[in-house]
Amino acid sequence: MFVRGLKRKCFDGEEDIEGTLAGIKAIPSYNLQRQSLLDMSLVKLQLCHMLVEPNLCRSVLIANTVRQIQEEMTQDGTWQMINTQSTGQASVDRLVSTDILCRSSREQAEGKHVPGYSTFSKDFEGDQAQDSSETMSTASSVQPPRNLPSNVWEMENPQENKGNFQKSLDQIFETLENKTPNSVEDLFSEVDNSYYDLDTMLTGMMSNTKMGHCDGLESFSSPTTTTSSSNCKSDLNELDHIVEILVES
Amino acid sequence: ADIISTVEFNHTGELLATGDKGGRVVIFQREQESKNQPHRRGEYNVYSTFQSHEPEFDYLKSLEIEEKINKIRWLPQQNAAYFLLSTNDKTVKLWKVSERDKRPEGYNLKDEDGRLRDPSMITTLRVPVLRPMDLMVEATPRRVFANAHTYHINSISVNSDYETYMSADDLRINLWNFEITNQSFNIVDIKPANMEELTEVITAAEFHPHHCNTFVYSSSKGTIRLCDMRTSALCDRHAKFFEEPEDPSNRSFFSEIISSISDVKFSHSGRYIMTRDYLTVKVWDLNMENRPIETYQVHDYLRSKLCSLYENDCIFDKFECVWNGSDSVIMTGSYNNFFRMFDRNTKRDVTLEASRENSKPRAILKPRKVCVGGKRRKDEISVDSLDFSKKILHTAWHPSENIIAVAATNNLYIFQDKVN
Repeated sequence: MFVRGLKRKCFDGEEDIEGTLAGIKAIPSYNLQRQSLLDMSLVKLQLCHMLVEPNLCRSVLIANTVRQIQEEMTQDGTWQMINTQSTGQASVDRLVSTDILCRSSREQAEGKHVPGYSTFSKDFEGDQAQDSSETMSTASSVQPPRNLPSNVWEMENPQENKGNFQKSLDQIFETLENKTPNSVEDLFSEVDNSYYDLDTMLTGMMSNTKMGHCDGLESFSSPTTTTSSSNCKSDLNELDHIVEILVES
Repeated sequence: ADIISTVEFNHTGELLATGDKGGRVVIFQREQESKNQPHRRGEYNVYSTFQSHEPEFDYLKSLEIEEKINKIRWLPQQNAAYFLLSTNDKTVKLWKVSERDKRPEGYNLKDEDGRLRDPSMITTLRVPVLRPMDLMVEATPRRVFANAHTYHINSISVNSDYETYMSADDLRINLWNFEITNQSFNIVDIKPANMEELTEVITAAEFHPHHCNTFVYSSSKGTIRLCDMRTSALCDRHAKFFEEPEDPSNRSFFSEIISSISDVKFSHSGRYIMTRDYLTVKVWDLNMENRPIETYQVHDYLRSKLCSLYENDCIFDKFECVWNGSDSVIMTGSYNNFFRMFDRNTKRDVTLEASRENSKPRAILKPRKVCVGGKRRKDEISVDSLDFSKKILHTAWHPSENIIAVAATNNLYIFQDKVN
């Protein structure tokens, strides 16, 4: 649910945005820009073509960008702030959900109205911002720690991320439909209604169609055991681990 | 027609080969100039078409191997036949393209259709004779160099000794002998022991045009390494390392991505190398490693749009670059079917468009201009109207004349100098 009508105490202090994305004129803050870039990069790393090996050069460049952002966030202290706020959760691999948490708590603290990242991409960031308030409530009910990509695609709340989720699902299904026409029906029949989780779907698809890098994506669905001490270094290591998997496949 | 993925003139410029996403190779041949039609100054017509690579499936990894032709390189001509190397992501093939304009007729044991004749029916003997036939161009695969690359091949380069060539993938470069297909030498390996530590990949590689021991390879971090094969079997240590120091004022999260080199080409003289990264083309003197001697802005107006280009993946587009025959002009592609030429001597540059709508055949191309901000003049195009799906990644320049081939998605354009 998009929060409307909030007066935006913003950079110039005067502009009044009535809750329409289209009316955004001011540039989002550097932190928000950086955050959305991080999110975008993580999504890019996850969304690889199902049947053809992903482009290694592209993956490496995106992974380097992610590392760079994380390093800067560590130096900034932004990273520490995220981790101290999200107590009671193993935030090590909950990269994205903690970011959303952080964003929404920051919004509440500062009374800011999330400008929506329509400067960068139409659906993607807009939807994420839109649903950030709902994520707050669902975060606590989220199941035991899973790897970071699964959080991006959490479907417990169907409203959440529906724009980008749909888009990426469409991409995946389109690939499937073009290559293996029968598997699309198979995968729908396999879906367990109890949790609409993309990685479960993917695992289901993969066992049907024997897609190549299932080792990579399957490891995403298995929960990792993490230590309770959540610090930036282990976050970075986790990311390295994921990058390694992607790169290996 | 499929998307063209590579374009290459042969060493005389008589033939022009294109490879496409469907694994096909189409070779064009220049017409002989005739006195009857002096205004048709040697046009290129289709000479041969063949299927070079087929899609494959790697059963071990459960992955498809695309049949898209990544590169074609010609061998210098040594007899009546033409030879070229074509490669997809995993396999390099040597093709022989030869003409047949005579065929033998009058066999004793078989008739004209090829059916065997009954020996008891043969009463006389005759000598088969060669009779002229319609010209037929046949392409036959002579060698298949397979199973040597774990990662995707991005470059092949024929050595000046004409006996060896190299193939480069994201992490390794292999040296082959044309005669031997079941073995290759690994000459560069940048794969880290722990793949988690991987931060840099090989993006392009080329042999020196005259020194058969020297080659260069470029990386995704914007560096070029020159290696000498005489120093050691595994060229892990470079002889020269070319890198421009970063400009701190231009630093952003995209700095590394846009510094990634998408193509590297030696000049014909062998004295310079040219590299293409996302926004610029640079010319380096082999004798100076710390910075390029020339930098040309291809489409600097995109610098402020990098985030959008990252989002739609255009920032990962790999543009190629080419020298003209005399190394005085360099050319590279851009978006909206634009391509750019830079004259190194006069320092003038021009932007041209390869599109049917905007130019008629035989009409002189009109220079285009992209308007950056503020008032747009009549013929200018604003940055926001550029079509990023129309990208010119592959171009080629005739080795001695001013004839260029430009691949615009699935169309091939051939332009030449104005005839007086």
